[in-house]
Amino acid sequence: MDQQQRSSSGYSHSPRSPSSQPYLSVSVTDPVKLGNGVQAYISYRVITKTNLPDYQGPEKIVIRRYSDFVWLHDRLFEKYKGVFIPPLPEKSAVEKFRFSAEFIEMRRQALDVFVNRIASHQELQKSEDLKTFLQAEEETMERLRAHESSYFKKKPADLLQIFKDVQSRVSDVVLGKEKPVEESNPDYEKLKHYIFELENHLAEAQKHAYRLVKRHRELGQSLSDFGKAAKLLGACEADGLGKALTELGAKSETLSIRLQKEAHQLLMNFEEPLKDYVRAVQSIKATIAERANAFRQQCELAETMKLKEINLDKLMLTRSDRVGEAEIEYRELKEDSEEAARRFESIVRLMNEEIVRFQDQKMIDMGRAFHEFAKGQARLANNIADAWRSLLPKLEACFT
Amino acid sequence: MMGSENEAESQVFASREEMENLVLDEPSDNPNGNGGSKSFSDYRSVMSSLADAHHPFSPPLTPADSDPLLAPQPYRDLRNPSLSHDNNNSYIEPPAYADVIFSPFDENTGSEINGIDSPGRSSDSSLSLSRSPSSSSDYIKITVSNPQKEQESSNSLVPGASTYVTYLITTRTNIPEFNGSEFGVRRRFKDVVTLSDRLAEAYRGFFIPPRPDKSVVESQVMQKQEFVEQRRVALEKYLRRLAAHPIIRNSDELKVFLQVQGKLPLATSTDVASRMLDGAVNLPKQLFGEGSTVAPQDVVQPAKGGRDLLRLFKELKQSVSNDWGGSRPPVVEEDKEFLEKKEKMNVFELQLSNASQQAESLVKAQQDMGETMGELGLAFIKLTKFENEEAKFESQRVRAGDMKNVATAAVKASRFYRELNAQTVKHLDTLHEYLGLMLSVHGAFADRSSALLTVQTLLSELSALHTRAEKLEAASSKIFGGDKSRIRRMEELKETIRATENAKSVAIREYERIKQPGMRLLYGWKELGPVGKVDIHERGFQENNRTELERMETEKQADFSNMLKGFVLNQVGYAEKIANVWAKVAEETSGYATDSA
Repeated sequence: MDQQQRSSSGYSHSPRSPSSQPYLSVSVTDPVKLGNGVQAYISYRVITKTNLPDYQGPEKIVIRRYSDFVWLHDRLFEKYKGVFIPPLPEKSAVEKFRFSAEFIEMRRQALDVFVNRIASHQELQKSEDLKTFLQAEEETMERLRAHESSYFKKKPADLLQIFKDVQSRVSDVVLGKEKPVEESNPDYEKLKHYIFELENHLAEAQKHAYRLVKRHRELGQSLSDFGKAAKLLGACEADGLGKALTELGAKSETLSIRLQKEAHQLLMNFEEPLKDYVRAVQSIKATIAERANAFRQQCELAETMKLKEINLDKLMLTRSDRVGEAEIEYRELKEDSEEAARRFESIVRLMNEEIVRFQDQKMIDMGRAFHEFAKGQARLANNIADAWRSLLPKLEACFT
Repeated sequence: MMGSENEAESQVFASREEMENLVLDEPSDNPNGNGGSKSFSDYRSVMSSLADAHHPFSPPLTPADSDPLLAPQPYRDLRNPSLSHDNNNSYIEPPAYADVIFSPFDENTGSEINGIDSPGRSSDSSLSLSRSPSSSSDYIKITVSNPQKEQESSNSLVPGASTYVTYLITTRTNIPEFNGSEFGVRRRFKDVVTLSDRLAEAYRGFFIPPRPDKSVVESQVMQKQEFVEQRRVALEKYLRRLAAHPIIRNSDELKVFLQVQGKLPLATSTDVASRMLDGAVNLPKQLFGEGSTVAPQDVVQPAKGGRDLLRLFKELKQSVSNDWGGSRPPVVEEDKEFLEKKEKMNVFELQLSNASQQAESLVKAQQDMGETMGELGLAFIKLTKFENEEAKFESQRVRAGDMKNVATAAVKASRFYRELNAQTVKHLDTLHEYLGLMLSVHGAFADRSSALLTVQTLLSELSALHTRAEKLEAASSKIFGGDKSRIRRMEELKETIRATENAKSVAIREYERIKQPGMRLLYGWKELGPVGKVDIHERGFQENNRTELERMETEKQADFSNMLKGFVLNQVGYAEKIANVWAKVAEETSGYATDSA
């Protein structure tokens, strides 16, 4: 899939085999419906081919379901703050389409892309959770999944955000502050604004792209109906006109099929990449929220630390017997504060790298999507032109 | 054949040169109608006939990139390349004229102008060219223009006089029966309804073109100007069709409509309510069987006019007994061929209606495609602007550049879809027109059926009256001297029988009269001599031997042929344009292509 990504991902050379190129290749295949009724779900085969030492190579196959992917995503989100975690395809909104062939295929493709992006990401590929996901037995996976689901809801950022909001609001009140603390970095402000605006624009484009897919289907349907009607009309007529109408009808029906095919291509190769783009931007928004949290934590801890320092000095002056206790508290707090600062800085650093990677990657992804779109439309239009053109001599023959 | 074809061709060719020049001199035609462009329309019909005649069909050239208006050239006349270029404008027009509501370059009107089968119509070129000298001797051309608002005259009871629109109806003709060669009158839509009703009465049994709808809803919903324009176009089409009909063009009604200044001197149709009232007044007398109130001439009109309720009831009874009664009615529709033709018409109408509906949804689907494509393009343009404004990285600018190409292509493609659709509408309109025509055919056949029903009813009645008379006779003969009242009743009965006999004769005459056009439809205008049927396959090419059905059939062949060819050519042309637009973008983004093609 992402050949370019993989080559630039930079695997560290294994000390055991310095000569062979390290590789990690994953594919998500073979969707199968399991279970019955409401409990029914789709399972996928996840095939890992690798020569990395930590993995059971050269090939390992496991069965995974959608919620396993969600587990992986949430674990990575928790551990690798600052990294734009590759987005997951959405949970199905409408029950009815959960098992439609198209939906299943689209999801499979998206999951494949998801895992591969992780596998080719410099940081994420080192993740233990990835290893677990790719290698663990199904029972283990099931246990982990059940255990984690109580902690990590679908949008952990949101949940923790709310939690922390409450926390910070309480401490704000305690510390006498009203507004939550935010970075005053103008470049970062611009980035945030850009990301939020970008999502709006992309969502609109994606909406129209989806409608365009529908239009292709509708045009295909109406060509089919029109073709049938023309054939029926042709059956009423004699000789030339009858034959001409029948030929026209047949051609119309042929083109209808062509249009349905193109609609599918359009969905897979143009609309889906756009949707993927939207999801990626939403993932960035989640990271932005994380950064805000980290910043706030850092600030709060710094504030609290200062207060504790003042308190400690006061205690030391009054030679209170609580000094020792306060000293320990202060030291712990200082560690926490430094840890928070480190965490925040790490996020900032990672985000800066990530944003560059994101823009580059999206340039390529969209370029490809545009190319496929244009190619598809050109091919469709040419097919249509050829089909109708081939009818013209027949029409001539019918009317002479 | 070949010789005459060439000869006629060169004749036409010469005049075509002039016409070509004419076209070049007046490129922007009167946008409000086909007013002055008779020559151009002639040119057009000639063009299409030549296209039909030669059909040196070669694969189309790729359109010139520079001029988006240049269509691919399906008919390449090698003798005159520029000719075929202009010809193509008949299929793909400059956007300025791609107005769905009307177009000055309406191909269909091109051949209706002369009220004859102009050369372009017939697919048999030798037929058309050899015919043109004789049939161009008489023509009639009608134009509808200049809509104006006028006020209802002041003797209306409602304060705040209502306004209505009148149209200028100009006629140009060389037919001697008309007074003059060019004249104009002002008529309003109500007058057209009157004309249509009078024609329907006078020409029962003929295929009368249907008049434009009253469109009450549309007149409220649409913009006034748009609606007036739409109506003007429809009126023009209708009047031209009337003029094209060999019988109706000579009718008094049409002559009066086109010529008489001021108020239209045709009897307006009284509203149904007052007619029903008339019938109701007579009802009691009729119900009690006192005398015959049915004037023989009233028998001529169909009962369904509401003028004679009693008659309506009687005929209904008769038709029911025809359907369910065991006895065969005394007069049956013996013309099997008529019945067969009628059945064929029904089937055709059904399929035509279906095709017409599907054509509508096809047009809608094409319209939607164009719209959504355009919206997608606009969304991308906005995105591009946004990215460029906020760009921090080169990758953003590159992406914005790619996006802009796609956006531009999408907008162009959208425009092409809409143009394609405007043309498609015009071509497939033929289906709708013929559906309308089918309705008038229905009318003609229905007239015949209802006339027959009247005859059958009267015959039944007569038979019943005779039976009563016999009974009365038998009863009174038993009594000596005779009963005064019974004698009186006998007299009255005899009166009734006489009147009914008269009515029956009239009805039969009427039925035969209506049947005549039908017979003519099948067997030609020639007198049906003792020789009997005329071989309907014998096709003389003099006008007065053509049967109406055959005429319609030929016209239908030509109309549908044009529709199909036009539709297909249109699709080809625009598909090529759209393909080119996208091919360019595919080329520009080919750097992103993956190995898996």
